[in-house]
Amino acid sequence: MKYVTARRAGLVSCHACGRVEPRIRSITPQHCTRCGARLHSRNPDSLMRTWALLIAAALLYIPANLLPVMHTASLLGSEDDTIMSGVVYFWTSGDWPLAVIVFIASIMVPMLKLSVLVLLTITAQRRSRWRPDQRTTLYRMVERIGRWSMLDVFVVTLTVALVRFKSLAVITAGPGAIAFGSVVILTMLASMQFDPRLIWDHVDGRTQKPQDSDHD
Amino acid sequence: MEHDNLIACHECDTLFRKPRLVGRVSARCPRCGATLYRGVSRKLDTICAMTLAALITFLIAQGFPIVELETNGITSETTLFGALIALWGEDMQIVAVMVFCSTILFPLTELLALLYVLIPLRAGYVPPAFNRVLRAIQFVRPWGMIEVFMLGVLITIVKMVSLARVIPEAALFAFGVLTLMFAVVVTFDPRVLWDLADELGDRSQRPLPRTSADSAAVAVSSVAGPPAPHDLPTTAQTTAQTTAQPDAKPGAPGALPPAPHQG
Repeated sequence: MKYVTARRAGLVSCHACGRVEPRIRSITPQHCTRCGARLHSRNPDSLMRTWALLIAAALLYIPANLLPVMHTASLLGSEDDTIMSGVVYFWTSGDWPLAVIVFIASIMVPMLKLSVLVLLTITAQRRSRWRPDQRTTLYRMVERIGRWSMLDVFVVTLTVALVRFKSLAVITAGPGAIAFGSVVILTMLASMQFDPRLIWDHVDGRTQKPQDSDHD
Repeated sequence: MEHDNLIACHECDTLFRKPRLVGRVSARCPRCGATLYRGVSRKLDTICAMTLAALITFLIAQGFPIVELETNGITSETTLFGALIALWGEDMQIVAVMVFCSTILFPLTELLALLYVLIPLRAGYVPPAFNRVLRAIQFVRPWGMIEVFMLGVLITIVKMVSLARVIPEAALFAFGVLTLMFAVVVTFDPRVLWDLADELGDRSQRPLPRTSADSAAVAVSSVAGPPAPHDLPTTAQTTAQTTAQPDAKPGAPGALPPAPHQG
């Protein structure tokens, strides 16, 4: 079945209120007549911005995993915990369901997000026609699960506030927490900048005319 | 306006005609499977009530301590805000700001902003700065992470059980309830309100509607056909009239693909 896209029909839909309007080509940006949001047929510089945020996130992912997120000082000595050692702690102390939850939220989800977004951006950049429906599903998944990686940051926050028994044990946050939180935020921003409509633009046999500034 | 009854899929840009949905149905894009929009019907009241309840629960959750630890006679308890102050004091300002935004600022903004637009709309008028407030809701929604925080609290509790005696406090339960309430509130798509506000604007010369269904019915009539006469007495008649002539609209684009799947 042949589908007509808003762009081919010379229309543009408002990303805020959803209203569909005729597209006006001019130098000044077009605004939605109903809600006043700026209109654009595709997110401006979508791929470029996604790449920038993705690279930043990937770089920060290294200190996020290597630096300690928590520092425990107790009578028995002091100890640094990274994200992974937290998972190992749960696993060895027998709380394996928790180990699985923390592992999924803090290690698998950020990795999946990074790799899926890289895949989506590369295929969109190459104007690939490969399985657009499944790529859209992947995109939707990334959008939905992204927030859950924030879990570890919240755990650190509460632990730090609770465990302050002056002489017995004090837990403080480590620099890994900053890096980790930033990774989560950067990947969320990256998935927001990526425009899923780019996946579909070249799918229907006939290539739609790329309209400068909207692509790449 | 001939584009008023069109909708473009936000994930693949396909154009569809936009029939009005009533009740618990949603329209999906047959090309990429994205949800295009949902029926509203009477949900406005539910969402309004739920938002108000969530706001009260939110205040309880923020005002009271979440858990208390007790070991060797020393106790320690914290509220969410207290935890943030502790982080801030440890030179972890960035993390403190992240947590503050995702668990306090953005959820609170969303609740207040929703109430600010929902209550006047139910009363039949569009509040000032309506567009900006709705856009603010859309902006903060992805960053509110109450449910993630709830899971974080549970994990912290399990972690602490081996270290000390953990006593749950009021805010723990409040956060649990708040998580469920937020799950309901975020099912509501603020885009619907723009359509509703349009309908209110369209019929500003005519008497004010008493309920949301009322206004919706009259608004459909203003889209579907000639303006309803002043002396239309009851809701029932208005609805009957509008459902009878949905195709009477002149200039409906015929070249477009059929309506999306419903279900």
